[in-house]
Amino acid sequence: MCTVCGCGAGEVKIEGEVAEGSHEHTHIHEDGTVHSHVHGHDHDHAHVHGSEEALAGAHAHTHHHADGSEHSHTHLHQGEHAHEHAHDHGHEHHHHEHGVAGDLDYGTGPARAHAPGMSQSRMVQIEQDILAKNNTYAAANRNWFDERGILALNLVSSPGSGKTALLVRTIELLKGKVSISVVEGDQQTSNDAERIRATGVTALQINTGKGCHLDGHMVGHALERLQPADDSLFLIENVGNLVCPAAFDLGEQHKVAILSVTEGEDKPLKYPDMFRAADVMLLNKCDLLPYLEFDADLAEANARRVNPDLTIFRVSATSGEGLAAWVSWVESGLEGQRGKRSETVAALKQRVAELERQLEHSQAAK
Amino acid sequence: MHEMSLAEGVLQLVEETAMRENARRVKLVVLEIGRLSSVEPEAMKFCFEAVTSGGIAQGAMLEIIAVPGEGWCMACGETVAMEESYAACPRCGGYQVQPTGGTEMRVREIEIE
Repeated sequence: MCTVCGCGAGEVKIEGEVAEGSHEHTHIHEDGTVHSHVHGHDHDHAHVHGSEEALAGAHAHTHHHADGSEHSHTHLHQGEHAHEHAHDHGHEHHHHEHGVAGDLDYGTGPARAHAPGMSQSRMVQIEQDILAKNNTYAAANRNWFDERGILALNLVSSPGSGKTALLVRTIELLKGKVSISVVEGDQQTSNDAERIRATGVTALQINTGKGCHLDGHMVGHALERLQPADDSLFLIENVGNLVCPAAFDLGEQHKVAILSVTEGEDKPLKYPDMFRAADVMLLNKCDLLPYLEFDADLAEANARRVNPDLTIFRVSATSGEGLAAWVSWVESGLEGQRGKRSETVAALKQRVAELERQLEHSQAAK
Repeated sequence: MHEMSLAEGVLQLVEETAMRENARRVKLVVLEIGRLSSVEPEAMKFCFEAVTSGGIAQGAMLEIIAVPGEGWCMACGETVAMEESYAACPRCGGYQVQPTGGTEMRVREIEIE
C-alpha cells in the first residue's frame, strides 16, 4: 500500500529519484540460486526456486529505516511459492491429506475429485484490518519519534488553504529555538520543499505520483533520509486532500487540519473524517474576514460538532495574527515529547542497572 | 474514499494468505465493513475487480458484510445505534456521540482451492 490510489506503483519519488528503485535486492538461497529483483512494494511476484527449507524466511527484507529494526517486509512469498505446488497438487495430496486421520476418504472433495489438478476448496481465516500494514509502519515511526523526544505534526487540508505559507511562518517563529525538519507531500513538483528550504531548514519532497496521500512507509523512508535531531520538531505537510489522509496514520502525535476562510463554513460537515481525526484546527486567512461573508463562529461550531475535543486557533499566515497562540501550543507539545524521551532514557538506565546487578550476581555465584 | 488503495490492501492480505496456503485460485473474499467506516461498498467492489485482474484472485467473488454502527452518547450516557458517522444521537438529538462499533474494515476470510 505504498503507492496508492490506483496503479501508482513505481511512481513515488523522493526528491526526483524513483523510490522503488532503491529496493533492489540480491538473494542467495541455500540451494545456490542467486537472483535479484526490484521491489515495488505492491509485490505480486512469486518466486520459483529451491526447496521449501531454502525459501522459508529467505524473503524477509529489512529496510534500514533510521532505527534499523522495524521495517522488515513480509512479502507474499513467505516460504512457499505458487507455481510448483499448483502443478503437483492433484497428484499427491489426496492420499496424504486424508491418510493423516487413518482413513482414506476420497469422498469429501468437491465432485469427489481424483483428477489431477483438482483440489478441495476451503475457507481460510484472515481476520486482519485492511490498513494493518500502514498501521504497523506508523506505529514504528511513532515509537521512533517518542524515543527521540521529537514532536511530529501531520498537516492536512484542501489544496490552497495555506499549509505551506503557515509552515513558513511557523518555522520563522520557531527556528531559533528548536531544530526543525519538514516533509512535503505533493503529487508532483518540489516547489513546496524549495519554499521551505528558503527559510533555512531541511526539507524533503515526496512526490506521490498518482497517490492522494502520504503513508506510514513513505514517512519511514523520509525519516531515514532526514535523520531529525533529538528533541526536534518534525513537520509533515500531507498532500492537499481532505479525504484520504484522514485514514492513513503516519505515526504523528497530532493531525493539524487547516481550514481557510475562503472555503465554506460547512467543510467540517462535508469532510467530517478529517476534522474528527485532527486534534487541532487552524482557521487560516483570518485577515480576509472583513471582506468575506464567512461566519467564523459557525465554522468553529461545525468543526466541534464532528469533533467536540478539537482545539481551534484563528490565524493568518499573511498578517501573523493568532500565530503566537499556535506556536505556544507547538512549544508545549515539544515539552511533552521531551518528557517522554527522558522517561525512556530513565527506564533504559534503570534496565541497564538491573542487568549489571544480575551480571554481578552470576559472577559472584561462579 | 481511497477505495483503490484499500482494495490494494485487501489484495495484499489475500495474496499473502493464498501463497502461504499453496492455493491455486481464490474463489471468494469476505470483508467486514462497518457502517461508520469510510468505505463505500460499491466503490470497493469496483476497485477490487480492477486490482485483482491478472492475479491469483482474478474473478474472485467479493462478499461484504456490513457491521452495524454503534456509538456512546455522552449526554445519554449509553450506547446507541448509529446509522451513519456524525449523525445525531437517536435518543437526545445531540452530536456528542463517539463511534464505538461499526468502524472496522477487515478481511475476515477467503475461500481458496
